[in-house]
Amino acid sequence: MALSQAGDGARAIEARSLSKSFDGRAALRDVSFTAGRGELLAVIGPNGAGKTTLLSLLAGVRAPDSGEITVPGEVGWVPQQAALYRRLTVAENLRLFARLEGLKDVEAAVARMLEQTGLGERRNDQVGTLSGGNQQRVNIAIGLLSRPAVLLLDEPSSGLDPRQRERLWEFVLGLAGAGTTVIYTTHHLYEAERYGNRLLVLADGERVFDGSADELHAAVGGGERDFEAAFVAFLREWGH
Amino acid sequence: MRWLLLKDLQILRRSPLVLALLIAYPVALGVLIGFALSGDGGKERVAFFNEVDPEEQFALGGEEEGIDRGIARGELCSRVECVDVDSREEAIEKVEDGDVIAALILPEDLLDKLESLASLNPQQPTVEVLVNEDDPVKADLVDDRIQALVTEANLLLSQRISDQAAGYLDLLIEGGTFALPLIDDIEILGLARSGVILDSIRAELRSPQARAALDRVIAFAEEARDNLDFALPLLGAIAEPIAVDKQTVSGGTSELDTFAIAIAATATLMFVTVLLVAGSLALEREENAYARITRGLVGPSGLLAEKIVLGVIASLAVTLLMLGVLTPIVSIEWSRAPLILAAIAAGGAGFAAFGAAIGCAAREVRASSLLAFMVSLPVAFLSLISSGTVSGAVFDVIELVRALFPFDPALDAIEGALDEAGPAVGLAILHLVAIVAAYALLARLALRRFAS
Repeated sequence: MALSQAGDGARAIEARSLSKSFDGRAALRDVSFTAGRGELLAVIGPNGAGKTTLLSLLAGVRAPDSGEITVPGEVGWVPQQAALYRRLTVAENLRLFARLEGLKDVEAAVARMLEQTGLGERRNDQVGTLSGGNQQRVNIAIGLLSRPAVLLLDEPSSGLDPRQRERLWEFVLGLAGAGTTVIYTTHHLYEAERYGNRLLVLADGERVFDGSADELHAAVGGGERDFEAAFVAFLREWGH
Repeated sequence: MRWLLLKDLQILRRSPLVLALLIAYPVALGVLIGFALSGDGGKERVAFFNEVDPEEQFALGGEEEGIDRGIARGELCSRVECVDVDSREEAIEKVEDGDVIAALILPEDLLDKLESLASLNPQQPTVEVLVNEDDPVKADLVDDRIQALVTEANLLLSQRISDQAAGYLDLLIEGGTFALPLIDDIEILGLARSGVILDSIRAELRSPQARAALDRVIAFAEEARDNLDFALPLLGAIAEPIAVDKQTVSGGTSELDTFAIAIAATATLMFVTVLLVAGSLALEREENAYARITRGLVGPSGLLAEKIVLGVIASLAVTLLMLGVLTPIVSIEWSRAPLILAAIAAGGAGFAAFGAAIGCAAREVRASSLLAFMVSLPVAFLSLISSGTVSGAVFDVIELVRALFPFDPALDAIEGALDEAGPAVGLAILHLVAIVAAYALLARLALRRFAS
């Protein structure tokens, strides 16, 4: 599997001082970052760190309490759990969301996504009859309908078996290779280390690290046996 | 919005159980109500067993009456549906089985005792009533119905006896022929003719003492005649001492059939629309699609509007289906179709907005269905409580609660649309518009926590 390069340097998204609270509890505190075109940015952190909140702000599903997001192009969003209608077919789901996004040539967009996801033969199957992996492909395809400059993936490999995960990342890397900026959250640290050009580490709603996996390893002295151990040591140093 | 609507209709089409229920429910309800209303005007069934010899003649004060063919059975069967039975055992069996609400048995000696009422040795006639009071509502119904029937019969007999007494008095005053059974007719002179005879005798009397004595007799005869003349209208008044002058001062009332159809249509609207809309909204969250939909061209308010339109479409479909099923069985004024459509649409919108608020509050399909039932059923029952059946203060509270929910105005709108004698349709629709606005606002507020 070919890993993508770190993008071409053109800025695809910029977040400045994002903060968000729920019922008085701060979920995100003053988080800033940028991502370039074609970059793969992995957002990692312990449970409750604010990863999903960050993606929902970037997707426009929620509004930040403060801060700004600058995105020159479209943003595609793929929620953690497949946001699909199980009684509709693959094509009907794609067609519905293409219409809801106001795409001009709906049928062309549907045909393109069916081809891109390799689900052409299953186009008339109800989504509820598909495997978890195929449902996730449809889920991602919907996020890609508007040819977004930035694709947000929230725990994309959650619930998939190893073979399905590999096929998923192959697909995602292909997108990044074609210039789409991909920002994804994951609990599988090897996915962050292996596929991410950059890592954004969140803890208690704060950004505590922004850099490559090697840089994180180095930040804890480089003596840890693997990335997961380095990450745990890093969080411990930050009091987590 | 139309694409969301199309999506919901596609999902509905692929949910065979829900679709079957949407069709079967109004059809079944329509057929049931149709049969209930077509069954002799909805009268209660009462078994009727007559132990009186059919050949026996009934004579009250010398005049023969047909107690079986005429008075009793005719009166009874105008009030209830008579089910003739051939034996007391059959009557008991029908009551026990619930085929009839009661059995009325006319005992063998009924006519003798009735005849005795016009004699010097009256005996109280008694009819036998068999009932099966297996629940309090039925017991009350049977008591009321039988009591009304017996009161009616007593009144009728009282009128007959009064008429007979008036006839005797008239005979006494004016004179005439009186027929006695087994004896020949006898001639009654009467007070009036007695007075004439006495006057003619007086003219021939020479003795002043005899004249004075006869004058006293003549004066008595005149006084008796005059006073008995007054007694005649008095007897008529006793026969029916209180007459009813009913005037409607409040509330338009349609036919009972129309009211029953309106209740059935409103109940259908309520269950189908509230459950469908509440479940459909909750499903958006269960399918994780809510956030994805509302970040596109359709915002939360657009989604709410789409669900209300879905509810109105479903309301029109199921209610018209139900009315269509009823049409061959009962009379529905289809010339009032525009009003009927407007009432159903307004009622459907009211229930849809109510269902949307429930769906947004519950956020899960099962919870929303449960909540919809738990709220809708008591409100529907409250809406059927009539004024005067509870204390004034309690009824004021009930009216307030009714005004807050769509059932009551929807019932008024549909009843008024079906029958021009019913409530004002315009007012009911305005009420429903206010309800739609209020519940849509509540639903919109509840949607704020829908994505979490």
